This record gives sequence, structure tokens and C-alpha cells, in this order.
Amino acid sequence: MDLSELTQIKERELAARKKYTLRCCMAAGCVSSNSEAVKQELEKAVVEAGLQDQVEVRGVGCMRLCCEGPLVQADPSGMLFEQVDPEAAKSIIQTLKGGKAKARVGDANAPFFKKQKSIVLANSGIVDPERIESYIAADGYHALYHVLREMERSEVVEEIVASGLRGRGGAGFPTGLKWGTVAKSAGSRKFVVCNADEGDPGAFMDRSVLESDPHSVLEGMAIAAYAVGAEQGFIYVRAEYPLAIERLKNAIKQAKAKGLLGAGIFESPFNFTVDIRIGAGAFVCGEETALMMSIEGRRGTPRPRPPFPAESGLWGCPTLINNVETFANVAPIIRNGAQWFAGIGTEKSKGTKVFALAGKIQNTGLIEVPMGTPLRTIVEEMGGGAPDGGRIKAVQTGGPSGGCIPADSLDTPVDYESLGKLGSIMGSGGMIVMDQTTNMVDVARFFMEFCMDESCGKCIPCRAGTVQMHHLLTKIMEGKGTARDLQKLEELCDMVRSTSLCGLGQTAPNPTLSTLRFFRHEYEQRLQPDTFGPRGNGKPARATPSA
Amino acid sequence: MAAITLTINDKQVSAEDSQTVLNVAQEQGIPIPTLCHLEGVYDVGACRLCLVEVAGVNKLLPACTTKAAEGMVVRTESERLRKYRRMTLELLFAERNHVCAICVANGNCELQTMACNQGMDHVRYDYCFPKWDMDLTHERFGMDHNRCILCTRCVRVCWHIEGAGTKNVAGRGARSHIITDMFQPWGTAESCTSCGKCVMACPTGALFERGSTTAEMQRDRTKLEFIVTAREKKQWIA
Repeated sequence: MDLSELTQIKERELAARKKYTLRCCMAAGCVSSNSEAVKQELEKAVVEAGLQDQVEVRGVGCMRLCCEGPLVQADPSGMLFEQVDPEAAKSIIQTLKGGKAKARVGDANAPFFKKQKSIVLANSGIVDPERIESYIAADGYHALYHVLREMERSEVVEEIVASGLRGRGGAGFPTGLKWGTVAKSAGSRKFVVCNADEGDPGAFMDRSVLESDPHSVLEGMAIAAYAVGAEQGFIYVRAEYPLAIERLKNAIKQAKAKGLLGAGIFESPFNFTVDIRIGAGAFVCGEETALMMSIEGRRGTPRPRPPFPAESGLWGCPTLINNVETFANVAPIIRNGAQWFAGIGTEKSKGTKVFALAGKIQNTGLIEVPMGTPLRTIVEEMGGGAPDGGRIKAVQTGGPSGGCIPADSLDTPVDYESLGKLGSIMGSGGMIVMDQTTNMVDVARFFMEFCMDESCGKCIPCRAGTVQMHHLLTKIMEGKGTARDLQKLEELCDMVRSTSLCGLGQTAPNPTLSTLRFFRHEYEQRLQPDTFGPRGNGKPARATPSA
Repeated sequence: MAAITLTINDKQVSAEDSQTVLNVAQEQGIPIPTLCHLEGVYDVGACRLCLVEVAGVNKLLPACTTKAAEGMVVRTESERLRKYRRMTLELLFAERNHVCAICVANGNCELQTMACNQGMDHVRYDYCFPKWDMDLTHERFGMDHNRCILCTRCVRVCWHIEGAGTKNVAGRGARSHIITDMFQPWGTAESCTSCGKCVMACPTGALFERGSTTAEMQRDRTKLEFIVTAREKKQWIA
């Protein structure tokens, strides 16, 4: 493979484009509401109408508005069809000739779409994730060529540093700094790992990226591997994402066949292979040290850091580990330049962020917005507010490690620092909207139960502390708790946060702490009076012995 | 290996740069409480009792896995650390069924001693009273999950000193427990060499030698009769 071949594939692909394209969503959300049948019927209807030369039916990745799936969009008109029934296929073909569709026509210019800025999701809903040619036609693998043939390793790292990209897994560590550390770490063997063990309840950003544009992740990993000097990569993806795994396998196979993975990529001395490792359902394996233990075939439990994976990771070798979305940002940064990327977002949080918008909100689905977009824009303008005339009460970000942001703080810009100040975190991108019917103590209890079930059991504060905190939250929820129980809960929150071994335990109290901060009255109104004296232990105060 | 200087509890001490903070403190006679640490096997930093404060680091660090470094300023005692250590112990006592009065290790138990030393005189959390079984299938040893604190010392000695790899951890969270081989009864675990190192390593009464429990206490009165008969009748018959 060389540049002329790459260009040839692109040109051939573009030349084969037909007058009309019907893009049919084939990501997990729409597939689960029967979009595969919709696509088949569309193809059949095209043949029946004799329009094979004019119409292409293309299976594409996520088209964002998941709640209205299956989605079909027509090019070049941009008409969007929602909740498409396989039987409506024929009528959709007729719309190309000015007919009327027997499917709901959505507003493709609604704020939900117009307020988005796509970098990571640029190809999502456009390219066919099962055909590498489709990705190449969208300038895919051009960044890898540029890096391998025209850039020094150190220049690649510098470019990522200059872009200001920060880790999209949640903590927001500067990506370029991490790459630089791995590049400088001594070792003849190094690894690149993609963390695709997305496990936060309600989050599906990484799944969508893998299903919609797997090659962008592979290209990002290959660029990273070149920059840090690794030859082997692993994608650690959870078994609950079968479609993502299938598309990744397919993408790896196609990239290998085209010489874009493997030995001597683009006729350079650079070799890079990617293997998939499938998680067995433990949330803690999203924690980087536990994830690496799992890749090594051992029990997925975290270990204390330092040493950080950048120094000592897989089998003791320097290892670069980044999240799916982080890798998906790499090729666009190389293609468009660091300055372009640094021009998007806020001073300290550059670029865009993908969120999975879910919960009590009109428009649920996938959104990508520039960093610094106010929460209000996301939930009210794009999301359309709470359904059924409800009132938004809080927005939960960061899943079980995050917090609940109350409605009166909706003007907060979405960036790492602002969310941190509110006691929440950016997290990986789960965003769950809650309305006035939501009980915040119950929310805290739900997330605590999640952490309790998912604790690996290695360290005591997380293993036993989450059990006690869950017990206390249940007690308060059921109206059996006292002020003393609340005090015990707060003490435990502080202790578990300060003493747990890994991020799971250290952040497990966050949903409780943030609901206590903003919705304390909901806890207090459930408390029983402390009976029988100041000790509040349910026993009568001991009478002073008479002299 | 280079010599370094660090400060522990306002005292300047010298050490080698390969040593852990725990190592250095122990050499200097500065006590740091530990439960999962065991001399001779690698450390895992699981019990969190050895957490110390290090100046300039916003997190508490486990002394057992943190390498000593030049100029490091360590504090091993503070009101906050004492509070956390007591709470950690309370959580352990509430987690499983630690009933000292009927335990083989009573009076010789690291958990019990630790609780006394750390001033843990009562448990404020509700006891969980989980139902755990015992494994009494091995002819020489027994395992009582009720007394296990999951320090994994037994796992580590089994893999890294004996090299048998019999013991492991199964399940997660509060359901974590020690297993033998692929979750087989200990007595049928073929990889077990019956070396007893796990029993020696256990800090509590979770692993014990058969015959040492209160229920197994037996008095062999026939010995008395044998001696009396021997003395009085000069007959050496049992």
C-alpha cells in the first residue's frame, strides 16, 4: 500500500457514488428496532423501482437520535425519516421522485442536530462501518500515511501536546503528556491499549464509535503506536458489545488485507498488529491496572499506582492506554492540525465531547458538542427538556463515579474543571437527565448498589465500605434512619474516598456526596428522630447512679 | 543502589532507594500497622491500614508498596489516619463473623491484636452476619470463611513460596472468597502439597490445623489408666 493506491481507492469509491443515497442506521440501537429489515426492504424497493443505477442504500453507523429509530436519511435532500417500518420502504423510495413517505419525517435542522460539532462522530452515520473503502473515501488512513512517511515520532507527540487533547475516559489527563512519557520510557517492547470497557449505566458513546467508525480507532491506535514506539496493540472491549466486536474484527481483517495493519505499513519500517481482548463483565476492568491484569489473563483486580502503566504496564513493559474516544480524536488532529483542534472548546478543555443523552428527556441519543457548551443548551435546546411537561431536576454526569448537577446550575459550561467544581466529573460521557419525580436518595442508593456489586473485593474500604453505605442509604430511604445514620454515612463517604485502592472505590461515594450537597433536605426529611437520649443508639440513656 | 535521606514523623532517616516506606519505618522502629503485608512475599496494598501521608501528594499512600524517595516527607500518625484505621477495622469486624470467644486464634490473632492496638473498642456498623461455609475436607487443615479477611497472604505464599498455586480468590466484592484449585473441596485439590504454609501465613483463624478448634478438643483419659495400670500392676497394656 502506498499513497497512490490509497488515493485510487478513494477516487474509485467517490466515482461509484450514485445520484441518491439512502443512509440507514445500522448501530445497535436501530438494529434492535429492526433496521436490518428496513435496509433489506429499501434495497428490494430500489430494485423493484428499477433505480439501481441512481440509488445507493448504505448501512451506516449511529445517526444520533436513537429514541426515534430506526432512522433513514436521504441524500442530497437531507430528508430524515424516523421510526421507519420495513413496510414504509417503498414509499421512501418514492419520495426521491417527489412522492409522500408513509414514515414520520423528522426535522434534520432541529437544534439536536444543528448544535452538534462532529469530530469523533464525523463519519458516524455517513460511512459504512463494514467497508474500509468507505472510510478511506472520507480521508481515512491519510493521517497515518502522513505520520509514517513525513513525521518524526517526537513530532507526532508534540502535535498531540499542542492540540491540548485530554483523556476522554473521564479523568482528563493530558494525552500528549502520556504519549510523551511512554515514548521516553525505556524498554524494547511497548504496548498500546484501547480501553473499550465502557460500563457506566446509561453510557454508550464508545459502543457507538466502535460500531459506527471502527477504522478511526484503529488509525488512532496505529498513530499512537508509531509515536511511542509500540508494535502491538490491544483493544479491550466488553462482551456485552457483540456488534462492536464483530465490526472491529471485520475492520482489523480489512486493514490487514490492505496492508494498513501488520508488517511494513505504507512501506515504512513500522509494524503494528492489533488484537481484541474481550472482557467478562466486570466493571472494574475499565480501571487501567485491572484491565491490564485481565489482558494478561489474570484476575481483574487493580494494583496501586505508581508505577503507572506508562512506565510499567502489560507484562511490566511501558504501555500507553487511552479510551476509544481519545483515539478517535487522533486522526482528525493530525489531518487538520493541532491549532485547528486547540481552537475548539475552552481554555483548558479542547475539542469536543461525545455524550450519551438519556433519562427523562425528549430526545435521547448521541450528541457531540464543543467543550464549554452550557448544560442548559444540551438538555433544554438539544434534548428538548423533560417529556410530558415535566421539570428537569438534575443532570447526572460521570455515572457511578460522578455526581448530580442541580437544575439551578444548568448554565455551567461542560468542561473538566467546571464539572469538577460542582462535585461531579466529566466522566466518559454518560448524561442522565432526571425530572421532578426522581428521588435523589434513591439515585444515590442505585449508584451505591452498582459500586457494591462491582467492587472487586481487593481492598477493605471499597469491599466492606460500600456494603455499609448501601445499608445506611437503604435505611434512610425506607424512613428508618436517624441523624446518627446520616453522620455515619458521611464519615464513610470521606473514608472510602480517601483510602480505597483504585478509582472505583475512591469515586464510589461521589453520587451520595453530590446529592447530599444539593438535595440534603431529601435525606433529612426521611430521618426518624433520634430516640432515647443523646447517644441515639436506640437504647434508653443510662440513668446516673444515685450516690 | 543509592543512599537516600527522607523524613518520617519529623525524624531524618537514611535508606536505600529500593526500599519501601514500610521497610524503612520498620528498620527505624517506627510502627506502621499492617494486615496484608507479610515478610517474604510481594505486597498488594489491599488492607489500607499502612496508609501514610506524604507531603506534596494529595492522596494517602500505602507504605508497603510506596518506594522511599530522596527528600520524601512522611507522616505515619495523625488524627485522620488513626480514624481511618479504626474505621477499616470496624468494617472488617462487621463484614464477617469474627467471634473471638470461639476462635482457634483467640489471643493469637493479628486482627484481634490490631483492634486492641488501634483502640477499636466497639463496632458502630451493623454486623452483616453472612452465611459462609467451612471447608473441612483436607485431612490436616481446615478453612473457615467466616474468619477470613481476604488479605490473600495464603494465595501469595501458595503461589510464590510453595509454587503450588492451589489457592486463589473467586467471586467479587463482598462475595469474594478463597478457593482451592478450580473451586474444588480442599481435600480433593490435587495441586495442594499439604505444606501448610498458608496456615502459617494466615493472620486470623481462617486457616487452621485440624484438631485445634474448641469443638475438636478431645481428652484421652485412657492414657491415665494405662499409666496407673503400669505402675500398680506392672502390666504395660493399653
